[in-house]
Amino acid sequence: MDILRIATAGSVDDGKSTLIGRLLFETQSITKDKIEALKAASQRKGLDFVDLSLLTDGLIAEREQGITIDVAHIYFNTPTRKYIIADTPGHFEYTRNMVTGASNASVSIILIDARNGVGEQTRRHFYISSLLEIKNVVVAVNKMDLVHYAESRYDEIKNDFFELSDKLRKPNQNITFIPISSLYGENIVVKSDKMPWYSGESLLGILEGVTPEDIDSAVLPFRFPVQHVIRPKSEEYHDFRGYSGKIASGQINKGDMVAALPSQQMSKVKEILKYTDSLDSAHQTESVVITLEDNIDISRGNMLVKVGAQPELKKQINARIFWMDTEPMKVGKGYLVQHGINRVKAKVASIDSRLEISTFEESENVDELKLNQIGEVSFKLAAHIFADNFEANPGNGAFIIIDEFNNNTVGVGFVK
Amino acid sequence: MNINKQFPRALEDEAIFILREVAAQFEKPAILFSGGKDSITLVRLAQKAFFPGKIPFPLVHVDTGHNFPETTDFRDKLAAELGVELIIRNVEDSIKAGKVKEETGKYASRNALQTVTLLDTIEEFKFDACIGGARRDEEKARAKERIFSVRNDFGEWDAKKQRPELFDMLNGKIDLGENVRVFPISNWTELDVWNYIKAENLEIPSIYFAHEREVFDRDGIIWSDSEFINKSEDEIPYKTIVRFRTVGDMTCTAAVSSTADNIDTIIEEILEAEISERGARIDDKRSEAAMEKRKQQGYF
Ligand SMILES: Nc1nc2c(ncn2[C@@H]2O[C@H](COP(=O)(O)OP(=O)(O)OP(=O)(O)O)[C@@H](O)[C@H]2O)c(=O)[nH]1
Ligand SMILES: [Mg+2]
Repeated sequence: MDILRIATAGSVDDGKSTLIGRLLFETQSITKDKIEALKAASQRKGLDFVDLSLLTDGLIAEREQGITIDVAHIYFNTPTRKYIIADTPGHFEYTRNMVTGASNASVSIILIDARNGVGEQTRRHFYISSLLEIKNVVVAVNKMDLVHYAESRYDEIKNDFFELSDKLRKPNQNITFIPISSLYGENIVVKSDKMPWYSGESLLGILEGVTPEDIDSAVLPFRFPVQHVIRPKSEEYHDFRGYSGKIASGQINKGDMVAALPSQQMSKVKEILKYTDSLDSAHQTESVVITLEDNIDISRGNMLVKVGAQPELKKQINARIFWMDTEPMKVGKGYLVQHGINRVKAKVASIDSRLEISTFEESENVDELKLNQIGEVSFKLAAHIFADNFEANPGNGAFIIIDEFNNNTVGVGFVK
Repeated sequence: MNINKQFPRALEDEAIFILREVAAQFEKPAILFSGGKDSITLVRLAQKAFFPGKIPFPLVHVDTGHNFPETTDFRDKLAAELGVELIIRNVEDSIKAGKVKEETGKYASRNALQTVTLLDTIEEFKFDACIGGARRDEEKARAKERIFSVRNDFGEWDAKKQRPELFDMLNGKIDLGENVRVFPISNWTELDVWNYIKAENLEIPSIYFAHEREVFDRDGIIWSDSEFINKSEDEIPYKTIVRFRTVGDMTCTAAVSSTADNIDTIIEEILEAEISERGARIDDKRSEAAMEKRKQQGYF
């Protein structure tokens, strides 16, 4: 069965949580006891309708303030597939949680309040969705009920959005527009009769039509970060030595010649194992154990790649950074860089530019990146990493930045 | 075939990846094992993740003393079969040591008391990672949890300060005394677990299947009669056919009326269910924020 991962985006109060609640409600994915609990909670809040946002706003602080603070993961099935939805916060302060939710998504639903139109968060979230290489963006103009379901207002917002997206849009990105009312369920699961001028499908119809990225694993280079070396040393498996990991990109066949990085030693794939099964080949995102014909020295953090299709070994990297800590990133400061599972010490060599969200222009001569800022940064690394350019190979091109002193994840990087 | 009866294999790949990260990033991890279906699933995943090696973690059970004997027997059998170390610590001992107080009254339960015993066990063995079978679809506070969920020295969860978790990159770096709760099946639903149990042909405790049992009714819920529950005079036990959808402490797990006595009928029943899995958990009914409050204190 397929899984389609979706994330919501958009400014605070644009109706993201309400939309998710509505989608679940109308696909009969909410059980009776949960509906009863929603009704009771809405009544306690003095509301005369059922507040569907309470379904995902699961924290006490969220319900008190009526906003989403952290990402909630919500699940439902249709006869087509399993959906995993990340309902993310719109509040600027919690953008790190929006990025957390969006990082695994293949569809980003960006909501816009029909009254307010395109705003700063719309720009920011569209930028982040593109930065993350999310191929499908659905722009949902919400609260159409509050603008009398007017086509003219919808068109206006659509034009404004395309003005900004044209500057950033990736050639292979699909952008779909839809007018909705989350509160009243217009155009969510069935097509609304309030907006006969809209000729597209309902939101669920659009989602059902998305084909989860056919990641063409045949064309991407094989990258296998070794997580853990399996050496049972039992009687039965006395000489067994297997390299376990999840294929970050590409595919591998039995008998392929591989090189271990960084040592560059070569060998041939003897077996590809999944528990007791021996496979002929395996693809991107599969967790397997690989055994080799020769005993070469490989440990955690090393990478198996196909001979002839190796990444550059990098000790100096250039990357686009999204900063997620209240303590700014500074030139000269040391951090840990974790590329996939491989952690190395790193130092910020220079911050080459910073993005201004309001204009999408880059300013130069910056010496720090503050919370939620995006910039271009050069790092010096203490050891090699085996990364690809993120745009070309997203499965092997991202890293996180860890603060050595408080252990927090403080940034994310996309290798140039 | 109805795709809702298929197990999405990507979930298994993800869980195995997470378990291998735990083995690599921590010094002393443990699997929290209750003998329920989610922890049985975890054990299976761990078996697959390290094969042909052994599961590199002990199984830890915090026993309230009020567990269903069918589950504790199953727990002992499974650990013995796999040759994995089983560590059991008892809430009874925490009570005797005066660290927690037995609840009283009609709804008295040891469920919340487990937290103290768990935190003591973590300290005793210096566990730095505890792997649990919690799923995000179970409850709205759980829907907010990361896969690597960092707890402070006191085992507390600070929901507002969770680390960003991007792509599949897991940051398990912690200071001495802190620990991480790890949830490899975060993205599984109840249905996924059942489809997996079926696909893998896993054995589960008999109480998941319909059977005859002595029960009584309270608050519209079917309670399994036992000496650990304080019944009032008008709560009269009777025999009927039930099964359990979730298995916890006897004082907080409700039975459901069901004739599903094999895995296929159970899956059928879940596909049609009008009540959620945790609708059968009496502990969640205490208040809207019951789960979040327990988690803040170190519950898993
Ligand atoms: N009239 C109207 N109100 C709506 C609609 N959708 C949402 N709302 C209301 O807008 C308010 C905010 O909705 P939420 O769903 O909490 O917004 P959100 O985007 O999740 O907000 P954050 O998560 O905090 O960023 C609530 O009072 C909703 O009832 C809509 O389509 N029409
Ligand atoms: Mg929200």
